[in-house]
Amino acid sequence: MLGKLSWDAIPFHEPIPLITSLVVVLAGAAVAIWVWRKGWWPYLWHEYITSTDHKKIGIMYIALGLLMLVRGFADAIMMRAQQSMAIGASQGYLPPEHYNQIFSAHGTIMIFFVAMPLVIGFMNFVVPLQLGVRDVAFPTMNNVSFWLTGSGALLINISLVVGEFARTGWLGFPPLSEKEFSPGVGVDYYLVALQISGVGTLLTGVNFVTTILKIRAPGMSYLRMPVFCWTSLASNLLIIAAFPVLTVTLGLLMLDRYLDFHFFTNDGGGNSMLYMNLIWVWGHPEVYILILPAFGIFSEVAATFSGKPLFGYRSMVFATMFICIVSFMVWLHHFFTMGAGANINAIFGIASMIIGIPTGVKIYNWLFTMYGGRVRFTVPMHYLIGFMLTFILGGLTGVLLAIPPVDFVVHNTLFLVAHFHHVIIGGVVFGVMAGYTYWFPKAFGFTLHEGLGKAIFWCWFIGFHLAFMPLYVLGFWGATRRMQHIPDPTWAPWLNVALVGAVIIGVGIVLTVVQLLYSIKTRDQRMDVTGDPWDGRTLEWLTLSPPPHYNFAVLPDVHGEEAYWTRKQTAIKQDALIKEPDYQPIEMPLGTPVGVICAFFASVCGFAIIWHIWWLAILGLIGAFAVFVWYAWQDEHEHIIPVEEVRKNARERRRIRMEHLHTLSQST
Amino acid sequence: MTTEAATIGLTHGGSEDTGLGHRGPESKSIVVPYGFWLFVLSDMVLFSALFATYAALSNATDGGPTSNQLFDRNLVAIETIALLMSSFVCGLAMITAKRKNMAWTQIWLLVTGLLGAVFLFIELYEFAKMIGEGAPPQRSAFLSAFFTLVGCHGAHVTAGLLWIGTMMAQIWAKGFQEHIMRRLLCLSVFWHALDIIWVAIFTIVYLIGTLP
Amino acid sequence: MMFGRFQPASALRIAAGAGLVLLTSGCNRGILDPVGPVGAAEKTILINSTAIMLAIIIPTMIATVAFAFWFRRGNSKATYRPDWEYSGAVEMVVWGIPVLTIMLLGGIAWIGSHDLEPSKPLDSPVKPVNVQVVSLDWKWLFIYPEQGVATVNQLVVPAGTPINYQLTSATVWNVFSVPQFGTMIYTMPRMTTRLNLQADRQGVYDGFSAHFSGDGFPGMQFKAHVLPPQQFAAWAQAARGKGGPLDGRAYAELSKPSSYVKPMTYGAVAPGLFDAIVANKAPPPRMLPHNPPNTEQGAGHAR
Repeated sequence: MLGKLSWDAIPFHEPIPLITSLVVVLAGAAVAIWVWRKGWWPYLWHEYITSTDHKKIGIMYIALGLLMLVRGFADAIMMRAQQSMAIGASQGYLPPEHYNQIFSAHGTIMIFFVAMPLVIGFMNFVVPLQLGVRDVAFPTMNNVSFWLTGSGALLINISLVVGEFARTGWLGFPPLSEKEFSPGVGVDYYLVALQISGVGTLLTGVNFVTTILKIRAPGMSYLRMPVFCWTSLASNLLIIAAFPVLTVTLGLLMLDRYLDFHFFTNDGGGNSMLYMNLIWVWGHPEVYILILPAFGIFSEVAATFSGKPLFGYRSMVFATMFICIVSFMVWLHHFFTMGAGANINAIFGIASMIIGIPTGVKIYNWLFTMYGGRVRFTVPMHYLIGFMLTFILGGLTGVLLAIPPVDFVVHNTLFLVAHFHHVIIGGVVFGVMAGYTYWFPKAFGFTLHEGLGKAIFWCWFIGFHLAFMPLYVLGFWGATRRMQHIPDPTWAPWLNVALVGAVIIGVGIVLTVVQLLYSIKTRDQRMDVTGDPWDGRTLEWLTLSPPPHYNFAVLPDVHGEEAYWTRKQTAIKQDALIKEPDYQPIEMPLGTPVGVICAFFASVCGFAIIWHIWWLAILGLIGAFAVFVWYAWQDEHEHIIPVEEVRKNARERRRIRMEHLHTLSQST
Repeated sequence: MTTEAATIGLTHGGSEDTGLGHRGPESKSIVVPYGFWLFVLSDMVLFSALFATYAALSNATDGGPTSNQLFDRNLVAIETIALLMSSFVCGLAMITAKRKNMAWTQIWLLVTGLLGAVFLFIELYEFAKMIGEGAPPQRSAFLSAFFTLVGCHGAHVTAGLLWIGTMMAQIWAKGFQEHIMRRLLCLSVFWHALDIIWVAIFTIVYLIGTLP
Repeated sequence: MMFGRFQPASALRIAAGAGLVLLTSGCNRGILDPVGPVGAAEKTILINSTAIMLAIIIPTMIATVAFAFWFRRGNSKATYRPDWEYSGAVEMVVWGIPVLTIMLLGGIAWIGSHDLEPSKPLDSPVKPVNVQVVSLDWKWLFIYPEQGVATVNQLVVPAGTPINYQLTSATVWNVFSVPQFGTMIYTMPRMTTRLNLQADRQGVYDGFSAHFSGDGFPGMQFKAHVLPPQQFAAWAQAARGKGGPLDGRAYAELSKPSSYVKPMTYGAVAPGLFDAIVANKAPPPRMLPHNPPNTEQGAGHAR
């Protein structure tokens, strides 16, 4: 009846997972009850959970990412603590069965449920605003995408309480991940959670490529799009091209595990090298999916806070699309030591270096954006400069790894671990933190506290370097990754420095929460009245903060690059806004529960598949399909916003802008 | 009630022009099929990965049955004709739907579905026969790859049949409204794409696999 | 406000200095202290490539801080060029520098990949010694086919002699790695990988598995002993007849999952054992679940 599920699945006999589970469940329940007591559930349901508004969905993605960052970071600090303790005779406090789940969960969560949601969240919030349009191409599908991602995150967290997680690393290489060597449910949790959230991500890819290529303000040709939209386009093209490969790869492993197929098994003719190839054909574009939007964020930040247009716009666009295409041609550099032979290794190594060229060009373009500018050292600018100093060194170690003979000695060592954290933290995390500070006022109507923001930056910058520079040294000494026990006591000082670094990053994360709460509490001191707190250059700063559901009363006419900047400068010179346009009623999509309900059934189905409860899995599948048919059966998916409301909001905006304009013209 | 022009955020009148962005957001009748095409492309990537897997494992028979011993070209020919005909008939359904002819649209859709069902029936029969002959997917990597590639296509056909049934019901209940027509267009794109994949399958798997 | 301004070059100097101290303190260990030609060549490539890239990256980093500082909003001495957003000359340079660098490094990569291809026998007048390596659950088995002995978790090789490794795994993937020897390589079940290394300096060196392989993975370290050639011959001679034979039964026993296994020696080896392991015709390589589930929930009964 209940498949493999039994009371044994709950870790009654293991104190650490048991206590963690209790804390998580109780904390979650406490938050839910508190929200209920405050009467906020109806608000959350209508304004966020069922929202088809790209801005709300973006906020939900970012909230999910930040929440999962806490879980992923908890895993990280547990790992650091274990490696500082388990030296020589001591086995530390985490036995291998547990440590191995922790590092697998750390990687899986950080990539799939922190970095992806954060990056997708920013693309969601910003792209339609920057394109000067009202929403993405498929708003309801957007909502479904988010909740499917949430379903995956939920399943991963359930594995903490019921059953176990995979003990195979974040990519689950066979034969270790095959049933023969991992008979438990851990790998199944991993596979099912990623398959479900993978569907969500693929739909996002389709949504955003369609939006960017087909839905832009009048006059916005391709070469007038902001660079963040170009990088989002590249990232989403990569999603469309890469995620189906992940679906297939994980699917094949599921077939091996569930139906005794022989794709990657040791017997029956299976070939585990095939998995290595397939998973990295997805895996390499994945990291570019993450970094390209971060590059886009930095382009916006560099231009805005230097008071100059981005240097070399066309060059940036070309570099972005070049990276997009070449990222599909380098995957073998993840397994130079598999023995493919000199020619193949060399070709892929050279291709991997070639990708470094456009990246280097981008760094120089940001550099020359600052040149001749008037640089303001706001928090986002801190992250830009921190990124330029950090990422470039991470890139250096990346090019080193791209040289096969070098990789032959540092593959899978802590050198590799330091490299990818170097570029992910220096690139993606710094980009996300910059974007978070930069676009927060647009989303919520007030800015974050600046002093705390700078403190958070320094925690990340210093903490990252302390946590990972020692790992380069240890990598040279031969230290392998994923070690639950450290054989050599001379490694201890370096690991302890790394632990200190991790703690400092932890302080930064805590401060982020403090900053948010404090900023909310004292928001009256930092209201974003005009909607343009940074003297921005792109169209999102045309709206008030937060923008109305429909973004723009009338879609802006775009006449050149930096549509908003030119319009603003003209207005300042003429001391007048553009002529008031004709307002029309606006049709916007309705909110819908189809996403959250579909994801509910997906979670049920997923859980059932993991535990081999077949009748429940079928029910879940039928439920998801039925919800979908029910939704498709309705005729009314939109509502009309009356012209009086549009006019009222627009006139209020014009009034505020006019006031601001007078202040500006008087000071220039 | 939605009209052609009053699409999301459109203020300057519906645009049928697929140019370089000068006229503002495109209308739904362009956006929806475009997005669906992108989805179909992603599905093609999915099948490419399965083809690559099949190619890599086509000789990994582990001493078991090989493609030469298993595949029956006659059955495959009948399957193929059924599927190709169903694509043709689907095209007829689109034509009668544009002319808002309820009876013929339903008939052609039904025939599309029935031909698809014939295809599936033959395929399932083939699978059952192979399993009975000691060539189940669990026998070898080659067979795993075969069953998965062909079976994935079959699963897509099954989903297509469900979709056809749903569309028949929707057209019956709601008529040839604009959003129904858009969905029908997407369905026909899907169905034709499945045909294209099948051509690749029967070439790479069945024809090449039964070369002497 | 203490964090009001991004700290200028002094902070960068401190950081660079600390970094250099960090890096140079590790100079005489691990892959930076290779004991053979392969490792030495790889170290050379590593150092040279790093130097070439640093020559470009360090000025870029300095320029980053310098530009940000000089062109700060408060600096009235800096020229504000609000419309300067393109320069052909600058573009040529910023594309040219990375292209030239990559061409150089690409050449190094091509030549290095061919010279240091693991399966390529080393150029040496000395006759190579063959060692067959099998990664088991969670220990290393080294078979010396010509000497007729085998060791567990202890590699013994003659100095100054090219060693021809053939590697496989009995269960799951691992990586054979002795950092000071140089190149590491995967071990994969039902497949044979090939590696050629040479150690010129006597001593005892650390060996690892560099690919996570399950719960016993932390216990997969071993020591590599490099002996003068005559001592190696003497060792092999003494080992023959000492310690039991590595026959089918002993191999089955050895295959049982275990970790942190103390080094041991087998005085005789069943002929063709390595090939049998590769062909999966050796006695059962796995007796127990490799990664038994955490708790005894229904999954404990492996299919």
